Amino acid sequence: MIAQNTASQPRVAPRSHRNVVTKAAITGLAVFVLVLFLIPMVYGIVTSLKTDSQFSKIGAPWWPASERKVTYEGKEFDVYLVPIDGEVRELALYRPGRQSSWFVDPENMEAGPFEWEGQWRQLERAWEFDPQWSNFPKAWNAINFPVLLRNTVMYATITTFGAVLSASLVAYGFARFRIPGKNILFILMLSTVILPGAVTLIPTYFVFLQIGWVGTWLPLIVPAFFAWGTNVFLLRQFFLSIPRDLDEAAMIDGANPLRIFFSVILPMAVPALTAVALFHFFFAWNDFFGPLIYLAGRPDLNPITVGLTAFNTLYSQRTNLIQAASLISAVLPVIVFFMAQRVFMQGVVITGVEK
Amino acid sequence: MALASDVNSAAAGQTVASRRRKLSRMEKSEIRWGLLFLSPWMIGFIAFYLLPMIASFGFSLFNFNPAVPEQARFIGLNNWQRALFQDSEVWLSLVRTFHFAAISLPISLAFSLFLAILLNSEHVLGKNVYRTLFYMPSMIPLVATVLIWNGVLNEQTGWINVIIERLTGIQATGTQGLRWLADPNLVYYAYTMFGLWGVGNAMIIFLAGLQGVPTELYEASQIDGAGYFRRLFSITIPLISPVIFYQLVLGVIYSLQYFLAPFVLNQGTGFPEGMTRFFMVYFYKQSFTFFNMGYGATLAWMMFVIALVLTAVLFGTARYWVYYASEER
Repeated sequence: MIAQNTASQPRVAPRSHRNVVTKAAITGLAVFVLVLFLIPMVYGIVTSLKTDSQFSKIGAPWWPASERKVTYEGKEFDVYLVPIDGEVRELALYRPGRQSSWFVDPENMEAGPFEWEGQWRQLERAWEFDPQWSNFPKAWNAINFPVLLRNTVMYATITTFGAVLSASLVAYGFARFRIPGKNILFILMLSTVILPGAVTLIPTYFVFLQIGWVGTWLPLIVPAFFAWGTNVFLLRQFFLSIPRDLDEAAMIDGANPLRIFFSVILPMAVPALTAVALFHFFFAWNDFFGPLIYLAGRPDLNPITVGLTAFNTLYSQRTNLIQAASLISAVLPVIVFFMAQRVFMQGVVITGVEK
Repeated sequence: MALASDVNSAAAGQTVASRRRKLSRMEKSEIRWGLLFLSPWMIGFIAFYLLPMIASFGFSLFNFNPAVPEQARFIGLNNWQRALFQDSEVWLSLVRTFHFAAISLPISLAFSLFLAILLNSEHVLGKNVYRTLFYMPSMIPLVATVLIWNGVLNEQTGWINVIIERLTGIQATGTQGLRWLADPNLVYYAYTMFGLWGVGNAMIIFLAGLQGVPTELYEASQIDGAGYFRRLFSITIPLISPVIFYQLVLGVIYSLQYFLAPFVLNQGTGFPEGMTRFFMVYFYKQSFTFFNMGYGATLAWMMFVIALVLTAVLFGTARYWVYYASEER
């Protein structure tokens, strides 16, 4: 450490200078890519705040706006962009005429109406920034969000717990134990990952129907506790990259495999476990096909995705409300991610330090 | 097991025999523990995969409509003959699926790896913010993602075309412009863009992999004078190759089952010019629109076989480029 420092001493100044340039360039690149990446998101937010009338009007601005109106002498008048003496002014149309019209200056109403030579129909409307925050409560109520939210949270939380617990147990079994035919079992498990869900769908549905589970959450929750191949595959890949010396040392100390699993493997695998938990949580949040089939006719049990689809069909013309509902449905996953990210980071730091 | 039986007849001495017996007891215990750990999956596999799959194969031998199950008729391999030799739409939809995968898979894999490497760089300031923001779109329900992109790629009013037109002066909007979702040559790129909003998962996995790369290796190579790209291709990428492999396998499988976007945007009509009638879409139409469940089961089984073959091929290549820190025993 010390030797290295003294060796690089003469080069310290130019290196730190170069570091600043590199930092600026790479941060700039990240910002640029991020901006491109999030354009559709900005579009969604902006669109969710637009007024209903804005979509059909030609010349409407890209931002949420409504056509400006002013009240003068107790009546409302439309505001137009009027070119006067090479300058465009926002004036209220007081009395339209064929060749000339009367306008009022909203900034100076005391001056009263004045005449302007020209055809008012050629003029463009003035728009003012007018975000429709009420679109969000409108969408919230129209889609009956509290029920959808409760259902989705319950479904996502329960299945995430089951998925992480069962997948890590099974992945440990695949990563560390000599079992005859293990490779065949592993290939079988992979085939469940790549198995198109539809292949098993119809017979499974019939069985669930027979035992009276259709119309409840059980067909969606119970299978999550039986280790899904995708999660096992990822965790097994991660466990394989954990050096074997650690569990061998614990074994010599007399720990049984369950103990090794909980006190050696799992703490090492926190980043991968967090990743799997996140993936499963968002998978459940996104899950559409399962709830659609198993909860048909039970809108009181539906999750957000199914509710959103029904909403989209009903309100297909209300682009702003659809965008608002979509954004509402993303709020909780965003918060969960913010919180879980800290755990994720901690896991990365712990494994990094103990290495 | 066979070893234990001839232990007694072995004249070679007690020591060897007892060592063998001890080893086999340890092996047995290892097998028991291993099976215990595997049991959640094995039970689930039998109940939710194996038995339904067999039943599903049975369906493929029938002409079966769930609305009138009593009229189910055994027709042998007729469904298979139809799928493999008579129904040209099966092959057309497969070709479309692979065409789309050949475009979208390399782009999205490269993009997610690029993001992970970018965010793992010590030169990026405020990387947590980027990570969250790059991940954020992955959390939006897919239906909503598709609807948002449908708006932003709108040929008249979509911001993408408006921005391209403002920046380059090329006419991008309107019927002569870039009709992302209506032009057969562009639609796969448009769908690929929807997919880029879902790279968060891959990015996080790559990032976890990158952070697992021991820093000593970089320090050692830096002392040896290796440049950035040399380190990237000689240390980083080989060390995270298991993660790349995982993403590649999943990506191929996911592409085969690509369904939601064409279904949400145009109810699986294949617009434009049938380009988006992928295999899964065709399967859905047969099974749930026409309720040809027998034929649908045949198509699903076919898809399964294709997926299995592709995975086997990928695993065959893995030994040449995938690196594991602790080799399999």
